[in-house]
Amino acid sequence: MRPFLYDRAASTESAPRAFDGLKEASLIQGRAPAEYLAGGTTLLDLMKLDVMQPARVVDITPLEPQHGSIAISDAGLRLGALVKMSTAADHPAVIKTYPVLAQSLTLAASAQLRNMATLGGNLLQRTRCNYFRDTSWSACNKRNPGSGCAALDGLNRQHAILGASQDCIATYPGDFAQALMALDATLDIAGPSGSRTIPIATLHKPPGSTPHIETTLAPGELITALSIPAGPWTRRSLYLKIRDRQSYEFALASAAIALHLDGDTVKDVRIALGGVASVPWRARDAEASLIGKPLNEATATAAARMAFVGSAPRTHNAYKVTLGQKTVVRALLQAATLEG
Amino acid sequence: MVDAAAPAPKANMGDPVPRYDARAKVTGSALYASDVALPDVAYAFLLSSAIAKGRIKSFDLREARALPGVLDILTHENIGEAIRKVKFFTEGGPASNSILPLGSAEIAYGGQTIAVVLANTYEVARDAAHRVKVDYEVDRPTATFESPGAVDQELATQNKKHDDPKVGDFAAAYATAPVKIDVAYSTPAQHHNPIELFATQCGWNGSQLTVHEPSQNVYGLKNGLATQLGIEPSQVRVVSPFIGGAFGSKGALTQRTALVAIAARKLGRPVKLVPTREQGFTVATYRAETKHRIKLGATRDGKLQALSHDGFEVTSRPDPYAVAGTDASTRMYACPNITSNVTIVRADRSTPGFMRAPAETPYFFALESAMDELAVALAMDPVELRRLNDTMKEPIKSLPYTSRTLMPCFDQASEAFGWSKRNPQPGSMRDGDWLIGWGCATSAYPTQMAPATARVSLFPDGTARVEAASHEIGNGIYTVAGQTAAERLGVPVGKVQVLMGDTDLPPAPVSGGSISTASVCSAVAQACDAIRAKLGDNGTGAVPTVDLVATLKERGLGSVQEYAEWMPHGAAKGGMQMLYKGAAQPIGGAKLPDRIQFAFGAQFVEVRVHARTREIRVPRIVGAFASGRIMNTRTAHSQYMGGMIWGIGSALHEKTEIDANAARYVNTNLADYLVPVNADVVDVQVIMVPEEDTLVNPLGIKGIGEIGIVGTSAAIANAIYHATGQRLRDLPLRIDSLVEAA
Ligand SMILES: Cc1cc2nc3c(=O)[nH]c(=O)nc-3n(C[C@H](O)[C@H](O)[C@H](O)COP(=O)(O)OP(=O)(O)OC[C@H]3O[C@@H](n4cnc5c(N)ncnc54)[C@H](O)[C@@H]3O)c2cc1C
Ligand code: SF4
Repeated sequence: MRPFLYDRAASTESAPRAFDGLKEASLIQGRAPAEYLAGGTTLLDLMKLDVMQPARVVDITPLEPQHGSIAISDAGLRLGALVKMSTAADHPAVIKTYPVLAQSLTLAASAQLRNMATLGGNLLQRTRCNYFRDTSWSACNKRNPGSGCAALDGLNRQHAILGASQDCIATYPGDFAQALMALDATLDIAGPSGSRTIPIATLHKPPGSTPHIETTLAPGELITALSIPAGPWTRRSLYLKIRDRQSYEFALASAAIALHLDGDTVKDVRIALGGVASVPWRARDAEASLIGKPLNEATATAAARMAFVGSAPRTHNAYKVTLGQKTVVRALLQAATLEG
Repeated sequence: MVDAAAPAPKANMGDPVPRYDARAKVTGSALYASDVALPDVAYAFLLSSAIAKGRIKSFDLREARALPGVLDILTHENIGEAIRKVKFFTEGGPASNSILPLGSAEIAYGGQTIAVVLANTYEVARDAAHRVKVDYEVDRPTATFESPGAVDQELATQNKKHDDPKVGDFAAAYATAPVKIDVAYSTPAQHHNPIELFATQCGWNGSQLTVHEPSQNVYGLKNGLATQLGIEPSQVRVVSPFIGGAFGSKGALTQRTALVAIAARKLGRPVKLVPTREQGFTVATYRAETKHRIKLGATRDGKLQALSHDGFEVTSRPDPYAVAGTDASTRMYACPNITSNVTIVRADRSTPGFMRAPAETPYFFALESAMDELAVALAMDPVELRRLNDTMKEPIKSLPYTSRTLMPCFDQASEAFGWSKRNPQPGSMRDGDWLIGWGCATSAYPTQMAPATARVSLFPDGTARVEAASHEIGNGIYTVAGQTAAERLGVPVGKVQVLMGDTDLPPAPVSGGSISTASVCSAVAQACDAIRAKLGDNGTGAVPTVDLVATLKERGLGSVQEYAEWMPHGAAKGGMQMLYKGAAQPIGGAKLPDRIQFAFGAQFVEVRVHARTREIRVPRIVGAFASGRIMNTRTAHSQYMGGMIWGIGSALHEKTEIDANAARYVNTNLADYLVPVNADVVDVQVIMVPEEDTLVNPLGIKGIGEIGIVGTSAAIANAIYHATGQRLRDLPLRIDSLVEAA
């Protein structure tokens, strides 16, 4: 690990100022040469591996009193960005009213990690592509822009079939973001030039020709809260995660589903996919295909097929086309059996 | 309450005495190699090659050296002639590969150690290593089977000791067999990944070197290192009282030890190395990927007429490592016509090495899957197929098994499992959305031993001491050696002190090949019997006929101490001297001229495969094993169960991914190299079937450390076939292939 300056954030307003002196400094690996530290379960790993080399680390855990609580109201759910994954996952009201959120967290990582990691940090976790995480591989456009992509013709069983580019096929590895996508969450962001609120769908950037730029956050911007609007679909929601082993593994394919049924007819449905795409992924065409129809094997299969139109498999991840579709079908049919 | 971890002993089984080292381990007072605090220690960090083939043109060490706290950086350019060559183990040497550490600019495999950074702290050493710039000349490497540049060689031409088992006329018998199968299987590269990393600490006191390193062969390490450093073995002491998992990975002399010793000599202070988890994939050895082609021919009623097993194994360019499991796989069942062949395939890879049941794990996946396929072809129950071909003589040379309790294992495990309720039709059993499949397979492991010594002392206060440089790799050797002495000397087990894992103690053989308990306990018993004889006990039973402590006191002696050298059946004459050099070879199994010695078992597995998404889970597994005398049902249970759990991982999860272009390992961490987690291990039942074998050794002990993993993967594959009708022949058995075909 390279030596770095360690700061503790005193307030939401002052935290971004730690980035001030560095504003002019060129972006290292697409990120500011300073990083916020929350639970550290992504950041410290990558610093030890020399993948991330921030000159300055700003510890935001002192801001927990401001950004560490959960509020639930008729309008929806508000989660502080510093809420621990385990706290949100175990919250009775979240489990009851927003099961897809609770499940996406419970099925992620391990108990130890969930006790450390925060919701804000979770959204910004970085890909598990092995070629990215090990600096001895010279070709990785995400780590070292312009160097190539070792995964394209290397091992890509874990990699994305949706939203990838010729420059990077890395998968967005997280689970929780899919649930937020399905529920149309928004993020509150504090930054050097004021605050703003953005839809979760605009947080992550597809790799395109700049895979090293992963989000739309400007240097110094701090996620402070996540808001999930209430809706008739939140209770009939679930997160289905498919993996090689029963626990403690990233998704091979996953689906976050939120469903609003009127009798047997689909009034509204949200389908977000994980494990298969370069960014948290909404399957909007698939959703549209179901509106006004009954949810059954045939309609679910047709929707699932639609969700994977345009998928671009490589040598080792072709199975994800089939697996992803089956995951969607299973998740949809399972959601239909839930109480609304 | 019944304690499943400490089953009540049945016939010919010892008490489930708690582990000798349990308290030390759970309280943290057991010091592992990296826990030992040496004064003024410096830290080493390895730099590993980023290419698999080529050479180092130059290093740029400037930035690394400039970091405050960096003491030195060893490379092939500056280490000089410090390290002498030792032999690879197939040539009778202790080395895990025959590449000289930092011996030249040549790169033979990805991850090869190319520099050692030395610094005042671990953090600085690691940071500096990241700042070393290496300019390589890169050659196109060969990754694995069928990669460009792979060279196939018949093992028999590369290893004079290998002889492909054959009998009768396979071709003719196979041609005319009414029922036959011809199938191919493969198994992946796998790494041991013991929890404890491959730590080494070295400190010099004048010309005396002390090495703290987890080792399955402290005498081998001592002697090999002395040769490498050009010093006398008496100048080297290796200390390794606890090993945090080894599974074969800590049995050989790896390149790192000499480098740390030299670094410590150069710096004039102790040096500590703890390679990272990633580096563990190339610092030590691994299980190489294998391929198999099996042909079985049988009569219509299921009698085997022809068996052919061809094995293919990847190895490195310099070393002809092979596990050659055909030695066992051709001898399991009665069959008059057998042929076999082993081919090694050279690639630009690190040299493989022993990993739990090295030969049997891959070769029995193939054999026991093929037996299941034959049972399907015969429309026969797979248990009955094994019963029909059970034999008390191995078929190659017609040598008798010293004991073989295979079918009682099948019967007891099948009964406990409920096999009789199985509907043989694939896809016929279901629980909601989950397809259920039941499968079974044979487990077997050669009973081997090696020369061993022990020193036992009895004191007038009723205590005793056992000294033998064996290795506590989790096998419970402290405990069973102490139990042996307690029983034979008539003292409580709590009064026996056991000292192990130190070359200042009398030598014990490598703790591999499941030989430790049989070898070491035999030596301990022999020393105890000498004490008994000295104190006037002429009995030959396990327990003394006179009160030895009382006699000792009566005679006014301060202590009685006996040292014993024990030689197993079939050991070469010079075996004891080889033991002192750390080079005693295990003998037994199918390698004896007059008989064959194996332990047997049977495993039954239930799998659940999701009808739609096809995840594979193993909710239930039952194994029954018969392995001669069981010294301690608690430690034995743990060994069997651990083997079976590893079998689940080996079947479903474990695979070292190799980049085909770079010939390098890719998933070198425990988030991506999957092993089972608790949630994957639901119900594991171990049944110990009593067996008495008076031939293998006087105590009647067979090895049990490895058999538990053998056959598990086949049982799981067979169960998946039963659940789905799909036959998976390539490990790991993954959702990828199931979901595509579903
Ligand atoms: C072995 C392992 C297995 C895992 N398995 C899973 C899994 O199955 N599913 C899954 O979803 N995740 C998994 N994870 C990832 C884990 O969930 C994330 O590492 C964790 O959620 C990150 O949160 P953190 O608070 O520790 O973030 P940190 O490591 O502290 O931060 C991560 C990044 O986000 C930035 N950051 C943090 N908080 C903020 C904020 N409020 N505003 C702006 N920037 C911020 C940091 O600067 C840093 O760049 C796994 C991780 C490991 C190590
Ligand atoms: S997929 Fe992306 S992260 Fe992985 S090697 Fe290619 S560029 Fe790097």
